Amino acid sequence: MTEMLEMVDEMPAATEAKKTIDKVCIVISKGSLEGIYPGLIMANGARMEGMEADVFFTFFGLDAIRKDRSGSIKVATVGNPGMHMPTWLGAVPGMSAIATRMMKRQMEKLDIPPIPEFIEMISDSGGGLYACQATVDMFGLTKDSFVPQVDDVITVGEFYEKAAGGQIIFT
Amino acid sequence: MTMTEMGGTTVELDGEGFLVDPHQWNETVAAEIAGANGIPVLTERHWQVVRFMRDAYLANGTAPSIRSLGKESGVPIKELYQLFPKGPAKLAAKVGGIPKPRGCI
Repeated sequence: MTEMLEMVDEMPAATEAKKTIDKVCIVISKGSLEGIYPGLIMANGARMEGMEADVFFTFFGLDAIRKDRSGSIKVATVGNPGMHMPTWLGAVPGMSAIATRMMKRQMEKLDIPPIPEFIEMISDSGGGLYACQATVDMFGLTKDSFVPQVDDVITVGEFYEKAAGGQIIFT
Repeated sequence: MTMTEMGGTTVELDGEGFLVDPHQWNETVAAEIAGANGIPVLTERHWQVVRFMRDAYLANGTAPSIRSLGKESGVPIKELYQLFPKGPAKLAAKVGGIPKPRGCI
């Protein structure tokens, strides 16, 4: 024990290599606006730092890459305590659309792209986009259900193979 | 912070290798920073991005996001990553002698 402490003592701070993350694999499992954006921002941010980034869409997270849904993702105003809004009010027709419009306007000000453009950006920057095979089967979808930037439909085993050596982030 | 000889002058770099004072920058300094960061030759396309970043920073006080870099610099995102594989916004800022961009996008 004392020996170990001495060794630690001897390590000069200046020559210690700065620890880095070289690769991230991000799982997006939710289909609401606030469920999808964090994963996209983290994937894009990883590429901006020169890290490898793959995104795996599963369950309702698939909505982010579905041709028919990618452009109409909404904020969840019911069952979302973060909205600080009574449940009955969140359920009023049109409330989700209003909240979504407000949030989108705010994001546009910060130069955060809409989801379809964000997906394209991540793909163009070299990030991988994958759909979960189990969910695709469950919802009766095919590769054709997705935007063209999606690289492949893969199984969880293939996802882990891709993730080898990297960090997995579940959102 | 360290003082380094670069491009015939002494420049001050921060802990990550960004110029502390953008006004100490010149094209030789840019080429030397690029060389030290895995870009041996700055092509005209590199320069287009670097100048866009630097001009935007000097005009607005902040570096553009990767989104506006892709839309407004004239170099699309795919090519940005080919030119600067280790991160276009960060590297172009470094080569352009401006502070590291702090935005998340």
